[in-house]
Amino acid sequence: MRFEAAYSGIGRLDRLSYRDTVVHRLDPRAKVIATLLFVVAVVSFPRYEILSLFPFFLFPVLIGALGDIPAGFIAKKVVAVSPFAVFVGIFNPLFDPGVVAIAPGVLVSAGWVSFASILVKFALTISAALLLIATTSFPGICRGLRRLGLPALFVSQLLFLYRYLFVLMEEAMRVVRARDMRSFGKRGAGTLVFVRIVGTLFLRTVERAERIYGAMLARGFRGEVPSIRRETLRPSDAVFVLAAGCFFALCRFVPVPQMVGRLVRGLAG
Amino acid sequence: MHMADALLSPAVGGAFWAGTIGTIGYASKRLSERLDDRTIPLMGVLGAFIFASQMINFTIPGTGSSGHLGGGMILAVLVGPHAAFLVMASVLTAQALFFADGGLLALGCNIWNLGFYPCFVACPLIYKPLAGDGRSARRILVASLASGIVALQLGAFSVVLQTLLSGKIALPFTTFLLMMQPIHLAIGIVEGFVTAGVIHYVRAARPEILDSSSSSAPLAAGISLRSVLIGFVALAVATGGALSWFASTHPDGLEWAIGKVTGKDELPEQEHGVPAALKNVQEKTAFLPGYGFKPAAGEPKEKTRETQTPAWPNVDAGTSLSGLIGGVLVLAMVLGIGWAIRAFRGKRSAPPSARPGL
Amino acid sequence: MSHHLLEFRDVRFRYPDGTEALKGVSFLITHGESVGIVGANGAGKSTVLLHMNGHLLPTSGTVTVGEVPLRRETRPEIRRKVGVVFQNPDDQLFMPTVFDDVAFGPLNLGLPPDRVRERVHAALRQVGALALADKPPHHLSGGEKSAVAIATVIAMEPDILVMDEPAASLDPKSRRSVIGLLNSFTHSKIVASHDLDLILDVCARCLVIRDGAIVADGPTPEILSDAILLAENNLELPLTLQGRPAREGARR
Ligand SMILES: Nc1ncnc2c1ncn2[C@@H]1O[C@H](COP(=O)(O)OP(=O)(O)OP(=O)(O)O)[C@@H](O)[C@H]1O
Ligand SMILES: [Mg+2]
Repeated sequence: MRFEAAYSGIGRLDRLSYRDTVVHRLDPRAKVIATLLFVVAVVSFPRYEILSLFPFFLFPVLIGALGDIPAGFIAKKVVAVSPFAVFVGIFNPLFDPGVVAIAPGVLVSAGWVSFASILVKFALTISAALLLIATTSFPGICRGLRRLGLPALFVSQLLFLYRYLFVLMEEAMRVVRARDMRSFGKRGAGTLVFVRIVGTLFLRTVERAERIYGAMLARGFRGEVPSIRRETLRPSDAVFVLAAGCFFALCRFVPVPQMVGRLVRGLAG
Repeated sequence: MHMADALLSPAVGGAFWAGTIGTIGYASKRLSERLDDRTIPLMGVLGAFIFASQMINFTIPGTGSSGHLGGGMILAVLVGPHAAFLVMASVLTAQALFFADGGLLALGCNIWNLGFYPCFVACPLIYKPLAGDGRSARRILVASLASGIVALQLGAFSVVLQTLLSGKIALPFTTFLLMMQPIHLAIGIVEGFVTAGVIHYVRAARPEILDSSSSSAPLAAGISLRSVLIGFVALAVATGGALSWFASTHPDGLEWAIGKVTGKDELPEQEHGVPAALKNVQEKTAFLPGYGFKPAAGEPKEKTRETQTPAWPNVDAGTSLSGLIGGVLVLAMVLGIGWAIRAFRGKRSAPPSARPGL
Repeated sequence: MSHHLLEFRDVRFRYPDGTEALKGVSFLITHGESVGIVGANGAGKSTVLLHMNGHLLPTSGTVTVGEVPLRRETRPEIRRKVGVVFQNPDDQLFMPTVFDDVAFGPLNLGLPPDRVRERVHAALRQVGALALADKPPHHLSGGEKSAVAIATVIAMEPDILVMDEPAASLDPKSRRSVIGLLNSFTHSKIVASHDLDLILDVCARCLVIRDGAIVADGPTPEILSDAILLAENNLELPLTLQGRPAREGARR
């Protein structure tokens, strides 16, 4: 069941990435760079920081809203991958019990604060990564990476992987379904059956690769996967990166929430 | 286990990004120097194969828990280390994007942990010598087990190291290590068995695949085993040195980290106008209140030391309250903006029948 | 231009595992002809087609395309002349988007980008798939995949179009549109299929292959109405011919 859920999750992200919105139309490079800046800015906060992270939510919220990405879907995926971060972070309260005041009169142990900080950072970075793929087609990201200087061979690997991901996942899913259908109880799901399934899939994959190679040769392949795409960065892309960068810098070095709070309290009297 | 962005510092994440990109560049270069054209689609489709196989779960005998394939070892044995590393890198990149497994900054660490060790350490240094010409099933099994275990132990150690150096968690080094290594011993054994099984299966059905891979991609063509070994030892010495320096200068890693974070060690001001009773309640309900931390794992609860100064950024009540109010306001504003845009879009987008196409 | 386009002369082929797939195949296809190849599973159809652009090289015998004999070193030249659409469109479409896939061949021919774009658009228009240009292949239906697979080959403007099971696993409507597509080509075409109605609609001439040898060669209506010949080859009368009396002749 996990397999099918994961498969449909990928399929959904993939379909979202071919929409046509302002965000989708931005150059992949611009989005990759902005997302990386975002992640670095977020994780560069010290471990007890929570409030100063809040303004950063503007980035995923804006991208998600303007890119017309269902918020619930992204939120569910973030929760789904959280176990490791939670598993490691949950020990903070145990080993870091110093008392801190999070508000006047509200004391908690420092570990809870750093744990909460990990969770907030986690939500921010993971949702940003998911939104990147939800608003940029995978081939787009690959072309962006190529332009950013990654080796052509590696990028062509990514592209092939993407192309055959769905084909092979469907193949694997059919096999798993057949296994689960005929394995009553646990017996069919054991390691030996798994090895046989993986072995068969491997051989089929190799044979498929041979056929693909044949098809490539038939169309003049001579060791180089050509590309005709020549995107140029438009002014809007540059503006996007610049604006995002400035915003991240602002939120990183200026305590925005404190200032807003002071302002509000000042206004209130 | 996938490393996560939230546990990383930019420096550690960046360092492993650099290391990983360097290795990708190196492997690409080596590979394209003497690449058989047909390897290009093969590697790509194998990436999809690993991605798909990792999604198949199986029951680990005797435990009832379910396992998943890593795949780095299988690839390294079947297509050679350079190609295998590139394939693993592409698989992990796709996973970082589609599953957000770990995140983008952690991607460098993850490729390193799950790709570098099996492809460039375990396979050439352990599998190849132990498996020999790979004709004996017994030797394949022993070699796969040993290399699977070593690869995963190194990977797990790497996770611990990366987390520790990032300083985002309070878990003491030894405790974390003691948790991670045994888990990954089990995972490594399973990986070893599965690797042996698959290699055996492939060997029986298409022996030429294995023969061509071992002859077409010998690691020794580029770098000798000895230089790899020397490099590895150097790396081990360097990390060991760094670690022991860390341990000796900062016997209490936590205190050091907090001191570094806060730069202060004074008591936070007592809040104005808050009943002491409330404070008392807070202290009681707070999870493990008091500064009773002791690095020795196992009995952190019993040791209640004299309450020390809980170091914390100069908590001036005014700033703190402003911060809290501001934080909540900012969050509300952000969510409001998102909601407004969505509402606006929803109204503007035409009913499906009026949409062109499809 | 020579009047004969493709010639097999006593071609034999043995797979590495020892299977003797072709046991002396000879035929001659002239310019503008449309030829169907039929036969039971494992008869050797795909093996014959794989020789046409040098994916396989004959163990003995010769294959000649135009004036060029097929050899290891003449393969690139021959591949420019003969475009093969393989049995499974998922193997044929290996690039991440339809546009990139159709552009793959022309780019490898070394054409300048503008000409490549023109060719891609022309090919996609011809198969009615222009709107799919930016989609990834896995978002296409089976019929769309087949259409795009054909476009990838016609974008290279080959002299001969070779197709292995162009309509396998398509629904009737997609199959119809593939047939329409094939009929709109002025190329020489060679189609291997178990779909005899398709062969009847598309090809004027038909070869029957059995156990790696040609057992019949003649006008399609004659061959495909020979019930005995068809039965010997695990085939049945095309639906459109059923109910008519079976005819004799056309057998070698
Ligand atoms: N890669 C291969 N290795 C060994 N033998 C093969 C291979 N491919 C095909 N054969 C054998 O060669 C013979 C001819 O196969 P071929 O694929 O040409 O048949 P076909 O007429 O295309 O069949 P189908 O209608 O099933 O597509 C068969 O006996 C088959 O088993
Ligand atoms: Mg066939």
